[in-house]
Amino acid sequence: MRVGGKGLIDRTDPVSFVFDGVTYSGFQGDTLASALLANGVRLMGRSFKYHRPRGVLTAGSEEPNALVTVGAGAAQEPNVRATMQEIYPGLVARSQNRWPSLSLDLMAVNDLASPFLGAGFYYKTFMWPKSFWEKLYEPVIRRAAGLGALSGADNADTYESAYAFCDLLVIGAGPAGLMAALQAARAGADVILADENSRMGGRLLAESFEVDGKPGPVWVDAVLAELGALDNVRLMSRTTIAGAYDQGTYAALERVGHHSGRRTGGAPLETYWRIVAKRSILAAGALERPVAFRNNDRPGIMTAGAVRAYLNRWGVSPGRNVTVFGNTDDIHRTARDLLDAGIHVAAVIDSRHDGPLSDDYPVLRGAHVCDSSGRKGLEAITVRRASGEERIQTDCLAMTGGWNPSVHLTCHMNGRPTWQREIEAFVPTPGAVPGMIAAGACNGAFSTAACLRQGATAAEETLTELGFSGPEMAIPRAEDAPYVITPLWAVPGKGRAWLDFQNDVTVKDVKQAATENFRSVEHMKRYTTQGMATDQGKNSNVAALAVLADATGRGIPETGTTTFRPPYAPIAIAALGAGAEGQGFRPQRFTTSHSASVNRGAPMVEAGLWYRPSYFPEAGETTWRQSCDREVTMVREAVGICDVSTLGKIDIQGPDAAEVLDFVYCNMFSSLKVGRVRYGLMLREDGFVMDDGTTARLADTHYLMTTTTAAAGDVMKHLEFVHQGLRPELDVSFTSVTEHWAQFAVAGPKSRDLLNGLLDHPIDDESWPFMACGPVTVMGVQGRLFRISFSGEHAYEIAVPARYGASLFDILAEKAAALGGGLYGMEALNVLRIEKGFITHAEIHGRTTAYDIGMGRMVSQKKDCIGKTMSERPGLEQPGRERLVGLKPIGESRQLLAGAHLYDEAAEPVRVNDQGYVTSVCFSPTLGSMLGLAFLADGPDRHGEVVKMVDHLRGVTTLCEVVNPVFFDPEGGRVRG
Amino acid sequence: MRISCPHCGERDRREFYYRGAAVDLERPAPDAGEAAWDDFVYLRDNPAGVTRELWYHEGGCGAWIVVTRDTVTHDMLGSELASEVSA
Amino acid sequence: MGELIAKTPCEGLLPLNVGAISLHEVDAGAIYSVTPFKGHREALSQVLKSAHGMTCPAANRATGKAGARAIWFGHSAIMLVGPTPDASLFEHAAIVDQSDAWAVVRLEGAGAEDVLARLVPVDLRPAHFKRGHTARSLLFHMTASITPVGDTAFQIMVFRSMVGSLVHDLKRAMEGVAARG
Repeated sequence: MRVGGKGLIDRTDPVSFVFDGVTYSGFQGDTLASALLANGVRLMGRSFKYHRPRGVLTAGSEEPNALVTVGAGAAQEPNVRATMQEIYPGLVARSQNRWPSLSLDLMAVNDLASPFLGAGFYYKTFMWPKSFWEKLYEPVIRRAAGLGALSGADNADTYESAYAFCDLLVIGAGPAGLMAALQAARAGADVILADENSRMGGRLLAESFEVDGKPGPVWVDAVLAELGALDNVRLMSRTTIAGAYDQGTYAALERVGHHSGRRTGGAPLETYWRIVAKRSILAAGALERPVAFRNNDRPGIMTAGAVRAYLNRWGVSPGRNVTVFGNTDDIHRTARDLLDAGIHVAAVIDSRHDGPLSDDYPVLRGAHVCDSSGRKGLEAITVRRASGEERIQTDCLAMTGGWNPSVHLTCHMNGRPTWQREIEAFVPTPGAVPGMIAAGACNGAFSTAACLRQGATAAEETLTELGFSGPEMAIPRAEDAPYVITPLWAVPGKGRAWLDFQNDVTVKDVKQAATENFRSVEHMKRYTTQGMATDQGKNSNVAALAVLADATGRGIPETGTTTFRPPYAPIAIAALGAGAEGQGFRPQRFTTSHSASVNRGAPMVEAGLWYRPSYFPEAGETTWRQSCDREVTMVREAVGICDVSTLGKIDIQGPDAAEVLDFVYCNMFSSLKVGRVRYGLMLREDGFVMDDGTTARLADTHYLMTTTTAAAGDVMKHLEFVHQGLRPELDVSFTSVTEHWAQFAVAGPKSRDLLNGLLDHPIDDESWPFMACGPVTVMGVQGRLFRISFSGEHAYEIAVPARYGASLFDILAEKAAALGGGLYGMEALNVLRIEKGFITHAEIHGRTTAYDIGMGRMVSQKKDCIGKTMSERPGLEQPGRERLVGLKPIGESRQLLAGAHLYDEAAEPVRVNDQGYVTSVCFSPTLGSMLGLAFLADGPDRHGEVVKMVDHLRGVTTLCEVVNPVFFDPEGGRVRG
Repeated sequence: MRISCPHCGERDRREFYYRGAAVDLERPAPDAGEAAWDDFVYLRDNPAGVTRELWYHEGGCGAWIVVTRDTVTHDMLGSELASEVSA
Repeated sequence: MGELIAKTPCEGLLPLNVGAISLHEVDAGAIYSVTPFKGHREALSQVLKSAHGMTCPAANRATGKAGARAIWFGHSAIMLVGPTPDASLFEHAAIVDQSDAWAVVRLEGAGAEDVLARLVPVDLRPAHFKRGHTARSLLFHMTASITPVGDTAFQIMVFRSMVGSLVHDLKRAMEGVAARG
């Protein structure tokens, strides 16, 4: 019911919205909860487990009951708290967890079965048979007990992440936070003031307090106006500080688009901030505790603070005939605010015996509300006094069990809160988060004056530490009422008294946990699911552990709390991963020939971050094998072109360049002549192979190292580590030049003919023998030429600065075609190298040594190198080691499969008989057979033997002959040809 | 978590690559014997408290650094260039 | 004989304007990494000064001006952007041509800092990051060099092969900033 003359809503700006198919009207400034209450809608959801009808309990982000789904289709957002959702024209919201409708929920049959559904019910009932859990019980339970659902379609919304830095982060913009921010801002500190609400001011917006003789909201607006005008202040409303992390890092979720139906292109729905603050002041306020009594979950029963908030901030009375129940003077504050608004107060029930009385409304002292009644909403309560019980007609009960300071963030780095008996609540332990000071209600100071004072004091302390000094500020005048409380957790009696509204946990469940010896608060939590819902027990944890303490005969401090972990409020995974979906998942690296390859229809495959062409289909080719076979034959018979720019290229210069190479490679590079290239093998310090590649000596103190595409980054890191960490005395530098050069393999018997068609100075075998390298001029452009081969053919790699890459690629393709050749992709490259027994990371996969791949003799005995000592361990060279061989199918099955295992022909193919495994396979058009590279126990000694390849996954068995891994041209004549 | 780079100052942990204990800087002589090499390559302490670790400022200046930090309190106690530690 | 045609890294991708912020490719001239040999840093700084007009920058600093800058590029290297290095430099440093390795773009306009704050995890507040400064850091997932070159202008350098992702990530951030108005 809307109340005249109250609230911070704009009554000139009506807003219509839809809830469960019905159109309602509210005002700009309303939340969905306040607008529904204004329209007399009390029933907003069904409970998680028993499907009990529920209304709002709170007016803030801690709301456990009023969870709704906003929007429809791909962008539908489940589990939105109606208390946080601002209304906007066109807002469409639906209730959740009910079928077929909110008022008639057939799943409410669970409630009738409640005697059987208490704590531990699932654990005890659905144990057997084990296989039924996953297939039957869990799906059924999940369907009946649940929250809202995602649409299942791709999320159409944009999310964003961002970084921010400041001197001081103030968390919460109530009186303490505003005061702290103002003081720090005036002193010149860079301040971020964050508040999860759409409007800053905290309880000053929800109470009828005055500050400095002005209404609370007026004072708030004046402070915000001053802060907003300062360059050193960033005001972040609708921003929840969700986590506190090491070294002053805070996670924050800003709700950017939820309050508007008109999101323009590119506007994010939410922004996930990582804020780095030198200091922080926690001014997060406090959360009010409900009281547990029988049927305390009926719509219309809510916290007293929520009733005042709806009344004062939104001009809405949740009832016409209100009762108030509690254990602090807040009950009178609530009654007075209601009376001032013209609402009838039926009774105030004070659990204390010595609380104040009133002339304006009946006060029942030493009394408890012990039950409620009403269909789908509150109609009456039952009050118990020493003299007996009485029923009071009421449509709204405002209850308070006291306040819990919001200590959550102070616990995110393993801090534990301290029990403060005077307020019957936990307060932050100072120093729990380095650099953070708590002030105001979250620090247990509940009067407005105390909040203002603590905010100012915390700011002063922080500013001194940061070296700022500012004018001393007068503390504004404000109410300073004492907070007198007697414990009130659960009203004794039969029936179900709710603690955790969201997970349907009752006082009885907690007691039962204690009875069954789940006495630790962490065990009780998991046994009852207390505090495990999306509200993380914000409304109920302290009361639950008070009940547990009572049931186990311990005090509350001894019982302790469960652990508060980030995030403080739910965060969508989409926000956490903002920007990293789709193309933003990781950088894409494109070679200069990318567009040309794509235009020729080449399917591109990922190679690390790079994209490389798989094959280049020609007209009439319908399978990749046809293209691949043609490309292989083309290289063997004419000439082929392949972009090899993705291989890592590292420029190594300095007086000690040769020495460092001798140290990182197992073979010698100091002996390499200028103008020559050598194959090098790099070991890890444990003696296993790290990477391989060729290195060219361009000048006496200048080398160019090539790494595999996959290991380029790791090799660079390794080189820098060896230099900086192990040999800092060496005068050498490493510079990645991978990106500067576009480099193409020109391979095949006609490769030199092709090159001589575009080099300014033709080459011959004498000037460019196998493994020669040097500068060349390519159509007037300075480039580099290397006579190296990964195909076993007479081949070169030609490099030009990347700006010319696309152009050179086109020219090479054209010239190759004219010679009966053309482009080849990764598939053909792989076949060519397998035919020659050249290894890749399929073979040097981290568990193979130089000895295993037949390169044991490359480990130079003339010098030390990384990995040398450990590679000489006896175990790495003993008989039985699996070593590189070639395989050729000889039986009926001609199929070879990578990953398959090898067995003796007559042996049963089981683990104990395992003799090795296949690492690479291909069909060789050159040899007309499948070929495989494999590691086989004592392999090189077994050439000519027959082994059995078994692929258990794909059910293939093939008899193979063990052969030399260099299948084609073992003498190497072609490469020198 | 934020790590101090001697060159760049305090930076977000995401800029850094973690290698492991700074023991990696104490490479034994080739003839130091099996035990020394086994220790160097394979054996690491797992202290609750102060540790010295190698990090690479991969997403930054490319320096290898030795970071001293406390695994219990998460305090960052210092950082040095590996090249200066080893020199 | 044909002719090799040069292509810039961002050809076909830039310029891009979103709201008040623009992103375009910069023809920075030659780009050479310059790594002083041991004990040659001072000498290098002197010849750099006499040959190109700027001294060696300290860590996180850039010297020179538009057209000829020396940008601190990391643990050991300086990037000379603009001029082709004078022969006198080669005596004191390992010098590597990187002219084609890096894409150079300029992000400019009111809110440019906010755009970068969506991608770069370093403190970009004007008081902490201004002309004469530079940073090696990440731009979302890419290693980058970021140098303020005006009140609301930044020069960004990333590997040539990654410009597609650079433009994708910056465009998204620019749209996010522009949409907030």
